[in-house]
Order: sequence, then C-alpha cells, then structure tokens
Amino acid sequence: MTLLIENSAPRTQEKTPRIRGKVRLREHLMGWLFVGPFGIVFLALLIAPLAYALYLSLFQKKLIGGTSFVFLDNYAKAFTDPSFLSGSWFVIRFSLVSIPLQIIVALAMALILDGVTSLFTRFSRLMIFLPYAIPTVIGAVMWGFLYSKSFGPLTDIFGMFGATPPDFLSGNLIFYGLVNVVTWQWAGYYMIILYAALQGIDPALYEAARMDGAGKWQIALRIKIPLIVPALLLILVFSLIGTLQFFNEPQILRFLAAGTISSDFTPNMYAYQQAFALANFNYGSAISFALGGIVFVGVYAFLFITRKRRSFL
Amino acid sequence: MKKRLPAAAAILVTATALVACSPGEQGGGSTAASGNGASNCTNTIPKKNLPVVTMWGWYPNMQLVVDNFNKQNGEVQVCWTNVGQGSDEYDKFQTAISAGTGAPDVIMIEMDRIPTFQIQKSLVDIKKYGFDRVKADYGDGAWKDVSVGDAVYGVPVDGGPMAMIYRKDLFEKYDITPPKTWAEYEQAAQKMKDAGGPQFGDFAANVSALTMALQIQKGAVPFTYDPAQPSSIGIKLNDQASKDVLDYWAGLVKKGLVGTQDQFTPEYISGVINGKYATYISAAWAPGYLTGAGVGKGEDTGKFAVAPLPQWDPANPVQVNWGGSAFSVTSQAKNPELAAKAAYGLYADKESLTQGWTNQIIFPLNLKALNDPAFVDLKVAFFDGQQANKEVYVPAANAYKGVTYSPFGQYYFDAMTKQVTALHEGSVTGAQAADRLQEDVANYAKEQGFTAQ
Repeated sequence: MTLLIENSAPRTQEKTPRIRGKVRLREHLMGWLFVGPFGIVFLALLIAPLAYALYLSLFQKKLIGGTSFVFLDNYAKAFTDPSFLSGSWFVIRFSLVSIPLQIIVALAMALILDGVTSLFTRFSRLMIFLPYAIPTVIGAVMWGFLYSKSFGPLTDIFGMFGATPPDFLSGNLIFYGLVNVVTWQWAGYYMIILYAALQGIDPALYEAARMDGAGKWQIALRIKIPLIVPALLLILVFSLIGTLQFFNEPQILRFLAAGTISSDFTPNMYAYQQAFALANFNYGSAISFALGGIVFVGVYAFLFITRKRRSFL
Repeated sequence: MKKRLPAAAAILVTATALVACSPGEQGGGSTAASGNGASNCTNTIPKKNLPVVTMWGWYPNMQLVVDNFNKQNGEVQVCWTNVGQGSDEYDKFQTAISAGTGAPDVIMIEMDRIPTFQIQKSLVDIKKYGFDRVKADYGDGAWKDVSVGDAVYGVPVDGGPMAMIYRKDLFEKYDITPPKTWAEYEQAAQKMKDAGGPQFGDFAANVSALTMALQIQKGAVPFTYDPAQPSSIGIKLNDQASKDVLDYWAGLVKKGLVGTQDQFTPEYISGVINGKYATYISAAWAPGYLTGAGVGKGEDTGKFAVAPLPQWDPANPVQVNWGGSAFSVTSQAKNPELAAKAAYGLYADKESLTQGWTNQIIFPLNLKALNDPAFVDLKVAFFDGQQANKEVYVPAANAYKGVTYSPFGQYYFDAMTKQVTALHEGSVTGAQAADRLQEDVANYAKEQGFTAQ
C-alpha cells in the first residue's frame, strides 16, 4: 500500500501526455475493477446459464437416436404444444384476476394506514406485511392444510351452518384457492411499497386541498392516487413478471392434489417436469425461453402503454 | 486518503472475486461428495479402512439394513442417504444421469422404472458380478421383473402382490362379506352407501401404477418390448380391458361409491384412520406404510383385515403387482463390481429380512424369507393376528406372472394421471380416456424415436 502511494505521488507534477494516458488507463482499470465483482457474478450466474440454456434449446435428445441439432424446432413444438399453451393461458388468466385484486387490496390498506394515525398503525403495518416474510413454500403448505377437508377449519365453519365446505384443491376451485394464497402472500409487500410512496408526498398538498374544501375521499382519489401512479406501475410490473412465472405454490400444493394440479399446470412447472423428471433438458430450456418471450412481450407492451406515466425503468 | 483508494479497491476486488469464486468450487465439491464420496452418509461407517459404496434408498428400516450389512461385510462398506421416496428420488437420479455426475453407486428403484433408466444406459448389467451365487435365492418371476432381455439390472428386494385391505369393523357393522369379484365389490359398495355408510374405496389420479395393475388384471398388456430391437415398442393402452377397468371405476365414482382423493397425502391417510374408506386396494407393503403413517394405532388397533384381490373372472383368477423394488448398480459407479457386491448383499441377511417382514415393511422376494415357515405363518399384528401371508399375499405372489414395463414410465404415469383427472371431472368416459392416453403416449414414443406398433 505504501508503495502505491509513493508511486502515485509524482503524478500531480508530471503532466506529459504519455503519463496522462497512463493515468487514464489506470482510471479505466479502476472502473472495471469496481464493476468487476458485479460483472463476474452477473456473467457467471445469469448470462452464462442463459446462454447455455439457449444453446441447449436448439438441440433435441431422443431416447432412441441420441442428440441432434434441430434449430428452432423445439420452439415450434412449444407453441403448438397443448400443455404449454394451456399452461400459458392459465397464467395469463391468473394474472388478469389476481394482479388487480392484489393491487386493490394493497392500495386500500396503504391508504387506510396512511390516513389513520394511531397506535395500531405500526402494528397493523407489520401484521399486513408479515405474510410476505413467510417463505412461499411454507405459505403454500400452510394454506394446503387450511384448505384440507380433514384438518382445515373450513369444515368446522361451514359445518356450523350445516353446509359442505368448498374444496379449494378441487379442479373447479383451485384457481381461486391459488388466487387467495398469492394475494395473501403479496398484498402486504405491495402495500409497503405504496405506503412508502404515500409517505413521500408533501403534506402541504393535503393542507392546500383541505383549504379548497376537499374531503378525505377526494384527497385520496385526486391527490394521493395520482401521485403514487409510478409506484403502482412498478408493482404491476413486479406482479406481472412474478405471476407469469408462477411455480412455487402450485408445485407445493401438487403434493396434496396431484390430480388437480397436473405437471403442466403452469409453463414453469412444465419446463421443470420436462427437464428434471423426463430428462428432456432441451425441450425444458425451449419452454423456459418461450415463457421468457411471453413475459418480455407482456411487460414490454405494458411499459409501452404506460410510457408517459412512469418515472422508473 | 484519496490515494489509498486504488489499493483498497484492489484488495476489495480480490476479496470479492475470491468470495465470488469459492461458493462455486465448494458447491462442486460437495456435489461430488454426496454422489461418489462418502462424507454425507446418514449412517456411520464402522470399518473406516474399507472401500465405500454410496447408495440411495427409502425403506423405512434402511438404517438398520445398512448397519447390518456393514457389520457383516469385510470387503465393502455402504454409505447410505435417503434422498426421497419414489418420484423424488427418480427426479434426482435423472438429473444426475443428465449431468453425468452425482448419482450414487447403488440405487433403490421400483421394478417398473428399470427399463426407463436402462434405456438411458444408466444401469449396469450385474450378471457378471456374482449373479450365480445368489440366483437360487429368488424366484424366476422376481428375476424377470429386474431383467431386460438376458441382462439383469437389479437385485430383487421386495414385491408388491396386491390384495384388498378392509376395515373389519365397518364390514361387520354393515353386514358385508369380503367381495370376491369386482361385481360383488360394487354391490357391497352400494349396500354400504344405501345404509348410510362411508365410501367403499378410493380411485385416485396420482397412483397410475395401481390403475395400470388393475388394467393388467383384466387382461391388458400395455407394453411389449423386445430388447433385441430397442427402437421398436408395442403400445396398447386402449384395448377393451383397459377401457373396461377405467369405466368400472369411473362408474363407482359417479355413483358416489368411492372417493377420488389423491393417495399418499395427509388427507387420504386421515380418511383411512377415520374410517372414511371401507377398503384399500393395495399391495403387500401397504400395512407397513400405513403403520408408519399412524394408521391402526390406539383405538384403531386390529380393525383391519385383508382378503384376496377381487377378480373379474373367479374361475381364472389373475394376480397383479404394485410396486416392488430392487437395488440397481448405476453406470456412474466407480467400481461396479464392489457396488454389485453391496447390491447383492444389502437386505439379504436374515436379520434385516426378518426385521423387514415382521414389521410388514417389505414383502420379501428372497426365498430364504419367503419359504421361512415363520414368515408364512406369521400372525400379522396390523391385521389383528390374521395369517395374512399364508392366506393372501404368498398365494398372490406365487401366481404373479410378471409384466413388461415401458422405457418411459414417468411420462406414461403422468399422462395417465391427466386422464384419470378428466375421468373424475366427468369430461370423458373411460373408453375416451383410454383412447386419449394411447394417442398421447404413442406420440411421445414416436417423438423419442421409437417405432410404435
């Protein structure tokens, strides 16, 4: 270290272009060094696996006949594969129902917590956020038991009125069962993001609005919500990406209802099944990339539509 | 201060780079260890100077079996891990095969999966490693189930002769005698339902191997395969017998006589414990599984009994198998001969076998146990002292003829699960479900390069 200081000491006096070039080079090097840690991790853990998966997806491996280069055949197959298409359609439908629901719940809670100041605010905030702190796998297991006809409370609750409880793990209701799990898990997290955005609004605006005669509802609708639109759009993008890649919850609940939740329930599960159960890494990679394509198109379209209203990305 | 920055940065970068690199190296190291080394054993190896063979298995008494083997063997020691039961283990094995590393030397697999892994050349023919010494220990049917052509890909351990487990208390309460045919089974189910009783059984979507066995019982031959012509396979999943069996069970479901609950779930087990199902069509290993899951304890002690599997044609009874497993040597074994020694020796000593069958954990295929009067005459505690082996399981095992399994078992079973689910929803008939299954699996076979016939 001492050596470095001594070496760099004359730097301020000598100003010949050659030395300056050296300095610039060193500064460049410094830049790369700073980027290095991130760059190495980024390349090794994201770009390299992605490139390898892309490479894999261009081949086909058969039990009889071995591996051959098929270029885009796997993608052509994916987009005509009923399993992939029905899985994709499921996650799209799921997004259309669950995302608005999550955002409405999160927004309502954030507005309430922002509007009410009492001892309970802090406690409630923590409680609402808590489900997010529970790992999704544990959450799914927990809901699996809550939905259970034998162990869950539903049987008792409905039994009091002499009714049969709905079976959220059956084919008809699994959609809503999962919507509920996801909303429970994520609404609190989105609430925190929205709440933070609300806290960032200048209170002077409210005062001005009140002087102009605005009520609480009007302040919420006309001032608060418009001002947190960027945060709303941010969580929309988060939830869109997350929901299209739906995996954890159905994969866990599958242990309780393998008949209802088939191995091709969502595209991600189908990719997993192809790669790890059927040893078809090539097709599994192709499905992953095809899903990536759908996510990209969805998010890009969304960002394009909302390009004037957002302040991020 | 400012001038120190470069040095500090350099150190930081080096440190970060080291940190960034080391997890990868450690990760690689530990994977290798769990695969081929011996650092991650569940058991403790008593003779540390001997070579070690790694193995995966999930028998409930595996720890004891491995300890017995290690104690008695002077050549090799076994390092055992339980990486999960059934599909969980197969998925891991499949991944290790694709990766080319990470598989154990010896693996416990169900016999119906042997062709699936054999066709990927991930199992070793163990015929040349001392097969002659143990050949006489197992029956011909058992050897057939672990062979593909002339090559032997596993050492038989336990079989799954099927029978009908039922609740004595419920049968007495509703005045029902154990049905001998499937027609009687349906009548009994109807009788129980009319009297306000519980469901008579369960037709689950997630036990395709069971559904397949029931179809085979009626005469279905799902797959024909000649290893001499590996690229050609006969697939017949929509013959009349297969359709009939699906329609029969779909009919029971529709009439509300049997449930559709997935098996091997807490929900199903609690149903069994609470007397929600009067019968459980299952294999000889079921009592051990049920006991382990907490069935037949406390006030439920001795409520269960077992009767032979109902027949389609009582004049020509057919016995079938569900499950049954073997120890195979994987092609990743560094020393196949040593691994084969472990595979042949594990669960073959008297102590382990006796412990296994006494607790109904396995239905042994080893003739030393199968012909042991103590085993045959055993009064099984789970069945309230009934001589279940003598009355039901041993005759069923002796009459079992063996089956040809497919080299894409996982896909076939998944596809079957899908069709049975559709059947439950009532969107298809049994016949349609069988036709769709045939189309689905035949397409997959074609995709995988087979010529389907």
